[in-house]
Amino acid sequence: MSDMMKIYDTVIIGGGPAGYTAALYAVRSGLSTLVLEKFSPGGQMTQTAQIDNYPGFHEGIDGFTLGYQMQAGAHRFGAETEQTEVLSADLTASPKRITTDAGEVYGKTVIIATGADHRHLGVAGESDLIGRGVGYCAACDGMLYRGKTVAVVGGGNTAAADALFLSRICAKVYLIHRRDSLRASRIYHEPLENTGNIQILWNATVETLHSEQKLTGVTLRQVKTGETVELPLDGLFISVGQAPNTKLFENQLALDKNGYIISGESTETNIPGVFAAGDVRTKALRQIITAASDGAVAAHMAEAYLSATEVPT
Amino acid sequence: MSVIHATNENFNEIVLGSDIPVLVDFFATWCGPCRMIAPILEEIAAEHPEYKIVKIDVDEEPDLASRFGVMSIPTLLVFKNGELISQTVGALPKARLLAMLA
Repeated sequence: MSDMMKIYDTVIIGGGPAGYTAALYAVRSGLSTLVLEKFSPGGQMTQTAQIDNYPGFHEGIDGFTLGYQMQAGAHRFGAETEQTEVLSADLTASPKRITTDAGEVYGKTVIIATGADHRHLGVAGESDLIGRGVGYCAACDGMLYRGKTVAVVGGGNTAAADALFLSRICAKVYLIHRRDSLRASRIYHEPLENTGNIQILWNATVETLHSEQKLTGVTLRQVKTGETVELPLDGLFISVGQAPNTKLFENQLALDKNGYIISGESTETNIPGVFAAGDVRTKALRQIITAASDGAVAAHMAEAYLSATEVPT
Repeated sequence: MSVIHATNENFNEIVLGSDIPVLVDFFATWCGPCRMIAPILEEIAAEHPEYKIVKIDVDEEPDLASRFGVMSIPTLLVFKNGELISQTVGALPKARLLAMLA
């Protein structure tokens, strides 16, 4: 980090599709632009081996490559990236101050593109058992449960896809869902029901995790009857949706009850000069293309904000 | 120094026999979070000659994976003087990896 206090026109927190599209548009409109990303570029996309719904790649593209290409596109025009974790942010200061694990950076505007992460189930002991039987990424850890008995918790598309994926590796896959029908798209229903080693446990919630060094099983509660039943397991994959990464900003930005930054299509937040782009904000559809779209809008709004507030010297 | 790939055959020599702290990354080529930290590990290896960065492919080395109870990847282990000091699961930012090694 430079010893001079450099103030960027815009500092973008998060290097997924929203962040790097914002960076591309900001830097191309002449703004000095810094992206803060703690890992490699791409965000949640990096977990997806084949992306078929981002137009322009007619044979699909893997998320990791797409992330790098989005970063390279922004860097080509002079956007910068620092590989650091943001620890805190003062969004009402002037300039806005962001503290990272490598020091402080300053921006006249801030675009928050921190995305979302997998939601925890909220059962006692869950965090302690991550990597010891409890997981959130079937594509990552599935191979380590070859021939074993596992369960997936959830009823959405990810849970359905995870169960099908695991059924090809594991001896037995339970799909635990708290309702009596799946929220997952229809295309998943038939394969799930016709796969011999998948058993759907309807109207059931995970009440307790059992472990001896590692996960050994769970206690399920039947939602309708209140009955409990023991289910021995080698692995439990939790696929109950996403939670936005907004903890850093919760005392400054207006959030909805699920923690998303309240913002419309303009990406403006309750703080002037602070914009929210991508999965992190309230919106109807969270996809790579809508995140990228937000990034473009946020950069445009940041530029408009700077033009309106900066007095020519 | 660059990142070193270890196998079951040379693990004891490369990791346990090291006289500098070692960060071992159990990874797979198809694992998103593993790929996310790969450039960070390369950066640490290049910038910090006082540490050794070792990668183990769980598909190639199932015996090592089971020896250390690896059930999720990436799993990161730190060894000092041949002893396992810490074991964590999941991608971690650079500063936290360096803190584990320090």
